[in-house]
Amino acid sequence: MVKREVVGAHYGLRDWLAQRVTAVVMVAYTLLVLLALVMLPKFDYWHWKALWQLDLMRYATVLFLVALLFHAWIGVRNIFMDYIKDAGIRLTLYVVVILALIAYGAWAVQILWGK
Amino acid sequence: MRLSIYRYNPDVDAKPYMQDYDIELEPTDRMLLDALVRLKSVDDTFAFRRSCREGVCGSDAMNINGKNGLACITKIADLKEPVVIRPLPGLPVIRDLIVDMSQFFKQYHSVTPYVVNDTPRPETERLQSPEDREELNGLYECILCACCSTSCPSFWWNPDKFVGPAGLLQAYRFIADTRDQATGARLDNLEDPYRLFRCHSIMNCVDVCPKGLNPTKAIGKIKDLLVKRTV
Amino acid sequence: MAITTRQFDAVVVGAGGSGLRAALQLAEANLRVAVLSKVFPTRSHTVAAQGGVSASLGNEEPDNWHWHMYDTVKGSDYLGDQDAIEFMCRKANEAVIELEHYGMPFDRLDNGKIYQRPFGGHTSNYGERAVKRACAAADRTGHAMLHTLYQRNVRAKTQFFVEWMALDLIRNQAGDVLGVVAMEMETGEVTILQAKATLLATGGAGRIYAASTNAFINTGDGLGMAARAGIPLEDMEFWQFHPTGVAGAGVLITEGVRGEGGFLLNKNGERFMERYAPTVKDLASRDVVSRAMATEIKEGRGAGKDADHILLKLDHLGADVIDKRLPGIREIAKKFANVDPAKDPIPVVPTCHYQMGGIPTNMHGQVLAGHGGNAIIKGLYAAGECACVSVHGANRLGTNSLLDLLVFGKASGEQVVKDLGADAIAHQELPKDAADRALARLARLDSAKSGESVHEVGAELRRTMQLHCGVFRFPDSLAEGVRKIHEVAQRAGSLYFKDKSKVFNTARVEALELENLVEVAVSTMVSAHARQESRGAHDRSDFPDRDDAQWMKHTFWYKEGNRLEYRPVNLKPLTVESFEPKARVY
Repeated sequence: MVKREVVGAHYGLRDWLAQRVTAVVMVAYTLLVLLALVMLPKFDYWHWKALWQLDLMRYATVLFLVALLFHAWIGVRNIFMDYIKDAGIRLTLYVVVILALIAYGAWAVQILWGK
Repeated sequence: MRLSIYRYNPDVDAKPYMQDYDIELEPTDRMLLDALVRLKSVDDTFAFRRSCREGVCGSDAMNINGKNGLACITKIADLKEPVVIRPLPGLPVIRDLIVDMSQFFKQYHSVTPYVVNDTPRPETERLQSPEDREELNGLYECILCACCSTSCPSFWWNPDKFVGPAGLLQAYRFIADTRDQATGARLDNLEDPYRLFRCHSIMNCVDVCPKGLNPTKAIGKIKDLLVKRTV
Repeated sequence: MAITTRQFDAVVVGAGGSGLRAALQLAEANLRVAVLSKVFPTRSHTVAAQGGVSASLGNEEPDNWHWHMYDTVKGSDYLGDQDAIEFMCRKANEAVIELEHYGMPFDRLDNGKIYQRPFGGHTSNYGERAVKRACAAADRTGHAMLHTLYQRNVRAKTQFFVEWMALDLIRNQAGDVLGVVAMEMETGEVTILQAKATLLATGGAGRIYAASTNAFINTGDGLGMAARAGIPLEDMEFWQFHPTGVAGAGVLITEGVRGEGGFLLNKNGERFMERYAPTVKDLASRDVVSRAMATEIKEGRGAGKDADHILLKLDHLGADVIDKRLPGIREIAKKFANVDPAKDPIPVVPTCHYQMGGIPTNMHGQVLAGHGGNAIIKGLYAAGECACVSVHGANRLGTNSLLDLLVFGKASGEQVVKDLGADAIAHQELPKDAADRALARLARLDSAKSGESVHEVGAELRRTMQLHCGVFRFPDSLAEGVRKIHEVAQRAGSLYFKDKSKVFNTARVEALELENLVEVAVSTMVSAHARQESRGAHDRSDFPDRDDAQWMKHTFWYKEGNRLEYRPVNLKPLTVESFEPKARVY
C-alpha cells in the first residue's frame, strides 16, 4: 500500500472537549462523595452500606463511571497514538482496552446493585 | 573552556561519539557561538550552522547542557562546564550539530503560512487598528529555529503528523491577522487528533523559546476557536 | 567525471529580500525557476534589518517622492545615478503597499494606516526638517519583510535549493551568461544549473571588516563570481559604517532609536551632533554621524575607560515606548552590552554595515559589461546589496536598502520575464569547459596537503581592511593597505584545511567564501586608493573635500590586471529636473 501520512480525522476537538467535560463530572462527583462522607453520622460499615442504597448515590456513581471510562479511553488512546506506530497493533490494543473498560463498567454496576 | 561535543560524520564515523575539547578563549569571546567559532579555527572538521550571530536568523539552535537554545545568545559565563553540546533532539543528524530540518519545515509549510485574502486589492494599505495589529505580537517574531518543536515530546513521537509548537504558533499568527479570511479553512486543517491535539500542554516549548514566545498559549487560542465554532 | 546538468528558465542565486522578491515575480509568471541559497531563506541577512523601509506614503505628515528623491541624491553625496533614484523613489509607495497586501505586519497608526518614523537624512521640503518616512514593524522590519516574502513564495510554489552554494558563473564565447556551477552542501555534489537568465541576489560582503554588523554568510559570493567571470565591480570604495553598532560585539542598533528620539553623547555628556548637523542633529546621514563619532573618539572625547566608544541615550523615551517600538533593541542591549537601555545608555561605535558598490546594473537589473558603455551582459541580472544601480552612490540613506531590494528585486524579475517571454528563447549550448574553473578550485582545495589556514588568512584580511580602509583613510595607509591586501590575496591562493569529507563540509564552504571575500577586499582597497577626494563614506585626509570637477564618476574595477575604469554619474533623472551638486549640510 502506498505510504501516506493520513490526517484530517476531524474528531480531535470532540475528544479534547469530552476529556474536559468528563473531568468536570469527576470533580463534581468527588466533591459529592466527600460531602456525603462528612455528613455521615458515623463512619462504619452499616452507614457506608446505607449510603450506597440511595438512588442518588447509585446514579451519580454510574454517571461518574461513564465519565471515568470515557476519560480513560481518551487518555489511553492518546498514549497509544503517541507511542504505537503500527496501525494493526494499535487497533488490537484499542479493542482490548475497550473490552476491559466495558468489563470494569459492568462489574461496577454489579457491585452497586448487587447484594 | 571545556566542551563536550557530539560528533558524527557519516563519511568516516561508524557511529556518533562525544568529543572533549579544552580551548583557550579570547577576552572578546562572550557567547557560546564565539567559543564554537574559536574551536572551529582549531579543528576545522567540526561542523555547525551559524549566520547572524545576534539571535534573529535561527541558524545555530542546538542542545546546550540538556536544553535547546541559540549558541549566539547564550552567554559562556552562564554555562556549567564542561558544556555538553548536542544537535537538536528528535531530528535526523546529517553531521555533528547539523540536523535535517525538512520535517520541521514541512510542518510549517502545512499550515498555509501566508495571508489569504481574495478581495480585490485596494489602492492603499488594508487598514488594521493598532489593537488588531497587537494581536500579532508574540507570534510574528518567530525565527523558525526549531528549539521549541525539537524539545516537544509529542513532536518527537509524531513529527510526521503533529504540526508542532512552531508550526502551530504560525498557524495562529495567520488566524489572528484581521486581514486574513481563511480562518474556517485553517481550523479545518488543524481539527485532527494528530495535527493539533497531540499537544498535551507539556510547555517545554515555552521554556526553551529563545525569543520568549508562548506557543502553548497560541495553541490554546486555536482550541478556544474550535470550541467556539462547534458550540 | 560527468557533471549533472539541470535546466531552468531562471536561476536566482540568493534568497534574501531581493532574491525572494525577484523569485516571486518569476514564479508567478510560471517560469521554471530555481532559487539557490546557502541558508534556509528566512536565515538570510535581510532578517537582521531593523528600523524600516522608506516610502513617502505621507501617513503622518505631508511627504512626496520628490523630497525622498532629493534626500537620496543628497545622501549619496551626488554619486547616485539620478534616473535610478527617481525610479526607486517613485516606485516606493507601490512596493510597500504591495508588501502590506502580502501580509507584512507593519505597525499601525490609530487610523489603521502604516506607522512611519523619522530616520537619518529623511527630510521634508528638500532638507527643511526631519520627516516620518520609515515604515516599520517595531524594530524587526527586515525580519517581518523576509518572512512575508518567503511566505508569499511558498504560496507561489517557488522551487528552492536550500543549502546550495553557487561557485561560478558560466559564460560562453560571446560572453553571455548561461547559468551557474553550484554545490549542494549536504552532499558536496557539484551540479551545473543551466538557465536562460541568471539573477545574482547574493547580498553584501560586510565580512571583509573585523568590526561588522553583518552575518557570517555575508561574504560577497556574487561579487567573487562576477569578478572571476571578468565582470567589473562598481564603486567598491564606498562602505557604510553604521553609527551605532554595539561596541565590541558589532551587533546593530537601529537608527530607529534616534528616529524615536534617542541621541548620542560623548564622555562629557554633550549632545555633540548639534555641532556637526545643527538642523537634524542625530538624524543626519550615516556617513556624517559616523564621522562625527569617530572624530569625537579621535579627539579624546570617547566614553568608557579607554575612551573608545560613544553613548546612545534613550532611557528618556520611557520603558513603554521602548517596549512598543524598540523591543528587539532592548533585548540586544541587555544581551550584548549588559545594559538595560530603559535605564542606561548603550555603548556604540561606527561599525561596517553596508556595501554601496557592487555588480554594475541598470535600473532593470541587467548587468553592465563595463568599459564605460551601457552594453549589458546577456543572461545576467543582479539586485539588492550585491548590485550597484547606483541608487546609494557614496552613502546610503537608512531604510533605502529594504526599498532597494523590493523595487529592484521586482524590476529585475520583470525584466527577466520580459526577456524570456518575448521570443521564447531556447537554452544556448554550454561550453565544454563550463564547470572547469569551479572544479579546479575544488580539486585544489581537496588535494592540498598543506597551506594557509582559512581562519588566519581571513583574520588578516579583516584586520587589513579595518586598519587601512576604515572611516578615515590616509594616503600612506591606503598604499600600505593595497600592498598588504595583495599579499593576503596571494596567501588565499594556497588555502588548506584538514576536513576532506564530502558531507556538509563547512571548512570547504568557508574557504570558498574567503576566496570571494578576497575579490571584494582587493577591489575595495584598490578603488579607495585611486579615488582622490572625500565623498560620502569615502573620507581621505589628503583630499578632504569633494571634487566634483574630477570625480563625479563611478569606479569600475576589473580583476583582470587589477584595472580601473570610470563612468560618469548620470545626473539626468527620468522626468524631473536634475539636482545639481551642492555643499552637503544637515
